[in-house]
Amino acid sequence: MTSISRDEVAHLAHLARLDLGAEELDHYASQLDVILQAVARISEVTADDIPAMSHPVPMTNVFREDVVTASLNRADVLSMAPAVEDDRFKVPRILDEE
Amino acid sequence: MTEDLTRQSAAVLAAAIAAKEVSAQEVATAHLERIAAVDGVVHAFLHISSDSAMAQAKRVDEKIAAGTEVGPLAGVPLALKDVLAMHGEPTTAGSRILQGWKPPYDSTVVARLRAADIVILGKTNMDEFAMGSSTEHSAYGPTHNPWDLTRIPGGSGGGSAAALAAFEAPLAIGTDTGGSIRQPAAVTGTVGVKPTYGAVSRYGQIALASSLDQPGPCARSVLDTALLHAAIAGHDPMDSTSLNAAVPDVVAAARRADIRGMRIGVVKELSGDGYQAGVSQRYHEALSILEDLGATIIEVSCPHFEYALGAYYLILPSEASSNLARFDGMRYGLRTGDDGANSVEQVMSLTREQGFGPEVKRRIMLGTYALSSGYYEAYYGQAQKVRTLITSDFNAAFANVDVLVSPTAPTTAFKLGEKLDDPLAMYLNDVATIPVNLAGICAMSLPVGLAPEDQLPVGLQIMAPAMADERLYLAGGALEAALVDRWGHLLIEEVPSL
Amino acid sequence: MSQTTYVPFEQALKVYEPVFGLETHVELGTKSKMWCGCSTDFGADANTQVCPVCLGLPGSMPVVNRVAVESTIRIGLALNCSIATWCRFARKNYFYPDMPKDYQISQYDEPLCFDGYLDVTVETPEGPQVVRVEIERVHMEEDTGKLTHAGGATGRIHGADYSLVDYNRAGIPLIEIVTKPVSGTGALAPAVARAYVSELRDVMRALGVSDVRMEEGSLRCDVNLSLNRPGEQWGTRSETKNVNSLRSVERAVRSEIERQASVLDLGDRVIQETRHFHEDTGRSTSGRSKEQAEDYRYFPEPDLVPVAPSDAWVEQLRSTMPEMPSVKRARLQAEWNINEFELASLVNAGALDLVEASIAAGVDSVAARKWWTGELLRVANDTGVELADLQVSPGQIREIEELIALGALNDKLARQVFEGIIHGEGDVASVIAARGLAVVSDDTALLAAIDQALSAQPDVADKIRSGKVQAAGAIVGAVMKSTKGQADAAKVRILLLERLGVSE
Ligand SMILES: [Zn+2]
Repeated sequence: MTSISRDEVAHLAHLARLDLGAEELDHYASQLDVILQAVARISEVTADDIPAMSHPVPMTNVFREDVVTASLNRADVLSMAPAVEDDRFKVPRILDEE
Repeated sequence: MTEDLTRQSAAVLAAAIAAKEVSAQEVATAHLERIAAVDGVVHAFLHISSDSAMAQAKRVDEKIAAGTEVGPLAGVPLALKDVLAMHGEPTTAGSRILQGWKPPYDSTVVARLRAADIVILGKTNMDEFAMGSSTEHSAYGPTHNPWDLTRIPGGSGGGSAAALAAFEAPLAIGTDTGGSIRQPAAVTGTVGVKPTYGAVSRYGQIALASSLDQPGPCARSVLDTALLHAAIAGHDPMDSTSLNAAVPDVVAAARRADIRGMRIGVVKELSGDGYQAGVSQRYHEALSILEDLGATIIEVSCPHFEYALGAYYLILPSEASSNLARFDGMRYGLRTGDDGANSVEQVMSLTREQGFGPEVKRRIMLGTYALSSGYYEAYYGQAQKVRTLITSDFNAAFANVDVLVSPTAPTTAFKLGEKLDDPLAMYLNDVATIPVNLAGICAMSLPVGLAPEDQLPVGLQIMAPAMADERLYLAGGALEAALVDRWGHLLIEEVPSL
Repeated sequence: MSQTTYVPFEQALKVYEPVFGLETHVELGTKSKMWCGCSTDFGADANTQVCPVCLGLPGSMPVVNRVAVESTIRIGLALNCSIATWCRFARKNYFYPDMPKDYQISQYDEPLCFDGYLDVTVETPEGPQVVRVEIERVHMEEDTGKLTHAGGATGRIHGADYSLVDYNRAGIPLIEIVTKPVSGTGALAPAVARAYVSELRDVMRALGVSDVRMEEGSLRCDVNLSLNRPGEQWGTRSETKNVNSLRSVERAVRSEIERQASVLDLGDRVIQETRHFHEDTGRSTSGRSKEQAEDYRYFPEPDLVPVAPSDAWVEQLRSTMPEMPSVKRARLQAEWNINEFELASLVNAGALDLVEASIAAGVDSVAARKWWTGELLRVANDTGVELADLQVSPGQIREIEELIALGALNDKLARQVFEGIIHGEGDVASVIAARGLAVVSDDTALLAAIDQALSAQPDVADKIRSGKVQAAGAIVGAVMKSTKGQADAAKVRILLLERLGVSE
């Protein structure tokens, strides 16, 4: 568990889509370090043969039947949107093709 | 009814409304007036839904007048944590990024409250996206603890707990991811239950950490809490993690309140060092009362609890970083920086930068780190293994005892601002409540007195195995009754008048 | 950007060996979406088939569509896969405006189906060859919303001023089928890739799990490809996205072989990148390189519980499996006694099922094949529709064949009847009646027409009388012309020879 660099914080901010300022980058770099060192104690537990628990209640096979139910009223849907055109959500220009 | 309607329990109010001694509208009006009178200093509410509350109260009165059968809490007012979607009413989760958003749908909890003829007064304040233990991380300003307005009401559900303690509502809904129902209950002298994971539907609860989140009931007494628990619990096909099992009869358990022969485990790791003297004192007094009531006290050890905080503060931020991704300014809520020149990526980043507060950004960064390639196994993967170990600790303990107890929080309510700049100190507040969420079991906090040194409420936590929620009410009900015998009233009656 | 000079395909293959893999996305044909009850109908008004779940509204939660899981298991069984006894969904985290939650619920290291294969047949100069394409995994995920780009000249993403999003498609169940790397196919690589996707499409149709209309985007491919010199390690691979027709699959593989060969020939390295295929040019352009690759931060989806298919459930689904296309083709080839080339032409025309259905309706096997791969295929090609979408039923073919046998129709008239049916003029009887298409079988009328033709061409009549029977064709032709084709040519010939007292 290594210490976290400012560059790494900047990369994380990009991944998380947070436009952090220079001051915030420094601030989070030091805070994440402190927190990570505190939580790093969990590595003391040798847990090679221990199953990872992703769900607190062990259930399986929860399904819904393939039945069509009512959708929302379009006016209600679009009234939430910051910008609308032609009954669609209007979003700023996309630079990266996905 | 001539007494102050806001001082009554939910059970008493419901009976009076059903018997037409008082109307639901009178009860709602009394509470709305109380809110108008005191919420300026408490700031428990972010939004008051007067119109829909009065409309609902009117419907209840009409049903009762028509002789239609109504639920056991019909007409009783309730304060709803702002993290639960309510159709047409503002729902912000305490965040600027959701300012002005009105959901086009009801959360399952709200749907059940409506079906139970409960009157929702409004939405209560909370730490932004339920991240915090003090309600200071709300984008809309902190809530003040009615016991001492310079102190925190706990968090994240400080608004709901303060609304109860300020007699603004007899019932409240909270959500508990690492203690957000129980710790506020402890520091405000109220009762709160985190049900078994999956007992109450999460559908419509704005997610913090999906594998830990659980909505639950809050009230001023164990019986009221049980009545609300029964109203909101039960299987929901909209929530894949909802338990498909009968809801334990918590109301009967709260009424029976008999713990003769019950084996109560004291978790060695959750007391002693780090716990405020007055907290420890009231906690040990409560243990002897439980013993006097016929329970056997057994010390148990949960050796992996020392890793719980670390595991929690990896799992929670990881899941939160993903759950909060959708707040990108594209479909609803805040959008900033859309000047026609900025790209979608820039607008998303600017929106999130401005829409989220510092604690939310901190945890998103932490979670993004813990999930990123190269670190997943060391952090998230390892944390999930610790989770298995903590669950094993609980299983081993519950093999020998019926319930476990501990102090709910290490200290009484601290001063506003005291820990705001020290995230680690803030996180330590949850040390006793977190293991319950990691294991998905259930727990209650109830008041056991005031700490002598600061005259602030102390909470006791009772923990029971998954799907054995009724045991919380058996033990809690018995302890509360013994304390009321001793004091002549519920502890909350001692809250200073505002 | 410099203009790429592509090395011609044949030349590239003299030097390099291609290794390719295909990732195919298939939209399942469930009635409702993957996690919610919104309709999946294609072509609805924008943003009318959305709800809190598929819009990713705060608080909403997914619940798995049972039929989507069953369809995936059936696809896995059809592709000879093992079915996981326990698997989870995972979140694939990345921001994109067509994705309402800014994560896609998918499956990561625990796919529902894994380790299978699909045998495909490709034509070679030496005859058909069977190639086994191994399947790595089949997993479940959800589709994204649909973007349209506004402003700018091309309607493409680059140069657009802004974009518009319709979330009707968001949350439609999507299956991803990933092959293992396919090596050793050499110059056949483009054909194998195409045959694989074509076969996959037939399997989906046979299973009834998807309508696999590539033009509606319900089947989409990404092509991974690398080149290496014989005996050397596999090269660096590119991933070409957006390959959305059978023809494009073939072209994308061919084009990428040519492009990579040109890079390698110059002594450069192929970079690991995502490329975008363009239907119009048949070429791809560079997208995101590996260095810029997203870190998807996969983790188990906490809002969904694991899927654990029991043996009994899998066996029950196995019992619902239809005959697989390859098995069916072999059976029909034997039943109809045709060779592999005839079979291939039926398959390529998409006529196999139609011929089978026609035979089942009582049409003679040869006639059924003749109509579907002849006149009807011609009409389909001319009008740009699939054979199966022509409004001609096997029952109608049987009726027409019966009328031909009775002498009431001939081939030429039958074609006109089909034309009428396809144009929506009604059933067989009403088209014949409305168009007046009955064969002239009245001998008196025919003899009158013959007499008229003979008197118009007395020299030809004399030739026939003198025994030059082959000259009869001119008279028969004249009669056919004067009766506007509504006569039986064979019968005209017989009557003509009788009239002139000549025998064959
Ligand atoms: Zn939907």
